Amino acid sequence: MGGEEEARAEPARNTGTDEPFVQIKGVTKKFGDVTAVDNVDLDIQRGELFCLLGGSGCGKTTLLRMLAGFEFPQAGTISIDGIDMSEVPAYERPTNMMFQSYALFPHMSVEKNIAFGLQQDRIPRSEIADRVHDILKLVELQDYKKRKPQQLSGGQRQRVALARALVKEPKLLLLDEPLAALDKKLRKQTQFELANIQEQVGVTFIVVTHDQEEAMTLSTRMAVMNAGRFEQIGTSTEIYEFPQSRFVADFIGSANIFEGRVVEDSADHVRVETDLCEIYINHGQSVAKGSQIWVALRPEKIYLSKNAPEKPGPNQATGMVDDIGYLGDTSIYKIRMDNGLILDVTAPNQIRPMSRTHAITWEDKVYLSWEPASAMLLNS
Amino acid sequence: MYGKRSRFLTIMLTLGLAFFYIPMLLLVIYSFNYSKLVPVWGGWSLRWYEVLFQSEEVWSAVGLSLRIAFVNATFATILGAFAGLAMVRFGRFRGRTLFGGMLVAPLVMPEVITGLSLLVLFITLKQWIGWPAERGFVTITIAHITFSLAYVAVTVQARLTGMGQSLEEAASDLGAKPFKVLTAITIPRLTPALISGWLLAFSLSLDDLVIASFVTGPGANTLPILIFSRIRLGLRPDINALATIIILFVAICVAIAAIILFRQQRREEIDHQLAQRENG
Repeated sequence: MGGEEEARAEPARNTGTDEPFVQIKGVTKKFGDVTAVDNVDLDIQRGELFCLLGGSGCGKTTLLRMLAGFEFPQAGTISIDGIDMSEVPAYERPTNMMFQSYALFPHMSVEKNIAFGLQQDRIPRSEIADRVHDILKLVELQDYKKRKPQQLSGGQRQRVALARALVKEPKLLLLDEPLAALDKKLRKQTQFELANIQEQVGVTFIVVTHDQEEAMTLSTRMAVMNAGRFEQIGTSTEIYEFPQSRFVADFIGSANIFEGRVVEDSADHVRVETDLCEIYINHGQSVAKGSQIWVALRPEKIYLSKNAPEKPGPNQATGMVDDIGYLGDTSIYKIRMDNGLILDVTAPNQIRPMSRTHAITWEDKVYLSWEPASAMLLNS
Repeated sequence: MYGKRSRFLTIMLTLGLAFFYIPMLLLVIYSFNYSKLVPVWGGWSLRWYEVLFQSEEVWSAVGLSLRIAFVNATFATILGAFAGLAMVRFGRFRGRTLFGGMLVAPLVMPEVITGLSLLVLFITLKQWIGWPAERGFVTITIAHITFSLAYVAVTVQARLTGMGQSLEEAASDLGAKPFKVLTAITIPRLTPALISGWLLAFSLSLDDLVIASFVTGPGANTLPILIFSRIRLGLRPDINALATIIILFVAICVAIAAIILFRQQRREEIDHQLAQRENG
C-alpha cells in the first residue's frame, strides 16, 4: 500500500538529478512459507540517517541483512552507489555492519578487533595503526586498546563495535538495534552521540530499531515496517503528525482512534461525523464525501477543562475522569466519554499537585476540546 | 543450599564413592604385593614393576596403543571438525539429514557390529586390491578413526551451534574471505571443542578392546588386547602394576585439566570484575 507511492514521491526533497544512493526495488525474501520481506521498494540518499522501524518479526532485520549480504533476496534488486549487489558477497560490499550483539571477537584485544577489517584490505601496518588510533579517539577509548571485549562495560563494547564498523570508512553503515543492549539512561545519551558521529563522518547510516523514540531522535527519515512491507516512509514529523494508517498511528506514539463518516469535503476543510461529536479538520487532508473513515487524535493534543466551553461547536466532547496515571512530568487521564468510549488525554503537570485547588480528579465531569488542525484522517 | 547436611545423603555419597574407588585401591595395593598369587599377601615389594619394565611385550603394546591413539585423535579431530562444520554452517544441502544420521550412527552402533563389518571390509579389500597386506597398526587406526570421528563431530557441532554465526558474519562483513573467516575466527573459537574432541578420541582409542580385536592381525597387540589376553590366563600381579601406572597417568592428566580449567575460570572472573568496574 503506502510503500511504493511514498518511495516514488520522496526524491523530490533532494536535488533530484542524481540517482539514489541505496536503491531497493521489488525485494522479496521468504524463509520457507514465511514471507519476511514482501516486495518492498526504497530509495535512500547519500548522507541520510535512515531508520527502519517496526516490531519484532516485521522483516526489518532481514532487510538489513540483505543489504549487508548475509541474505540474498529471492526477487528484486538492491544497488548501492549505482552498483547492483545481486552477485556481490558480504566481504566485497562497501558496507559495514554493527551487530545487535556487537559480535566483537572475544579472542582479540580492542585494538585487534578494530584493525581486523583494515588488515583484510592489505593496508600498510603503519597506516592501520594511525587509523585505529584516530577512531579510538573518536569513540574515546584510547586507554582501552589492550583490553579484551569481555573486560569492558556494555557502553564501551558498543563503542568498540561502532569503531570497528566505521574504521573501514564504508559507504554505508548498517546498524542493527545499536542501542538495544544499553540501559535507558545510557541509551538516551548515546542516541545523540551516534547522530553526532554520523554528522562528523558523513557516512550514510541505516539503523534498524524497534524503539520509536530512538527512530525519531536519530533519523533524517524513517520507514515504518509491518508484516514485511512499509506502512509509511517519511520524516519523524510527517509520520507522527500525519500517519497514514491505523497501524502507524497506533505504533508511533499513542492515538485515540474512532470511526466516522465524511459529511463535508471542501478545499480547506473536512467534516467528519462520529458518534462522539462532529470533527472539523482544516489541515488540507481530503476524502470523498460520504466515505467511512478512521480518525486519530493524539492524547497530548486534547485540552482538558472542568469549565464548559464558551460556545458549543465541533471538536468538543464531554466525559468523566475514569482513571489518572501520574508520570511526574505529565499525567495520563482516562476519560469515559458520554458514549461509553474511553479516551486517553495527557496533560503536563505545570502546577504542583498539592497546591492545585482546581485540579482535575477522579469522577470529575470534564470538557474536552482540540484544535481544528489536531485530528488526523487515516487512509486505511 | 541445604541448611543441615543430611546423614542419609552423606552415607549414600560415601557408599557410592567406595563402590567406585575401592576396587581401584585394591588393585594398586596388590600391585605392590610380593606374592605371585594375587589374593595372597606376601609383603610390600616393587618386584612386579621390575618384571613389567623388563617385559618388551608390554612396552611394545604401550607404544602401539599410544601411536594408534595419537594418529587416530589427530585424524578424527580434523575430519570430525569438517563434518561438524558441514552440518552446522553449510545450510541445507542435499542429503543433509542422511549425512547427519550417518555421522552419529557409530555412537549407537554396537561395537561388535562396527568391528565385524570393518574386518569384512579389510578382508574384501585385500582380495580386490591387495591392501592392507596385513592387519595391525593401519587397520586399527582406520577403525578407530571411523568411530572417534563421530564423537568429535558431535562435540564440534554442539560448540558451533552454541557459538552462533554472528562472529563469522562480522568477520566476513569486515572483508574477510571465507577461508580467512575459518582460520581467524571459526577455528580459534572452536579450539576448546577441538582439544576436548582430540582428548576424547585419544582416550576412546586407548580404551578400545572390541573393535581392535576384530581388525588386528598377528603380532599387533594393543595394550587392552594384551591385558585381556593375559587375564584370560589368570590374574597376574604385573598387570596390576601396569594398571597402577595407567591410573597414575590418568590422574595426572585429570589434575592438569583441572588446573587449566581453574585458571581459565579465574581469568573470566577477573575480566568480569574489570567490566563491572567500568560500569560503576
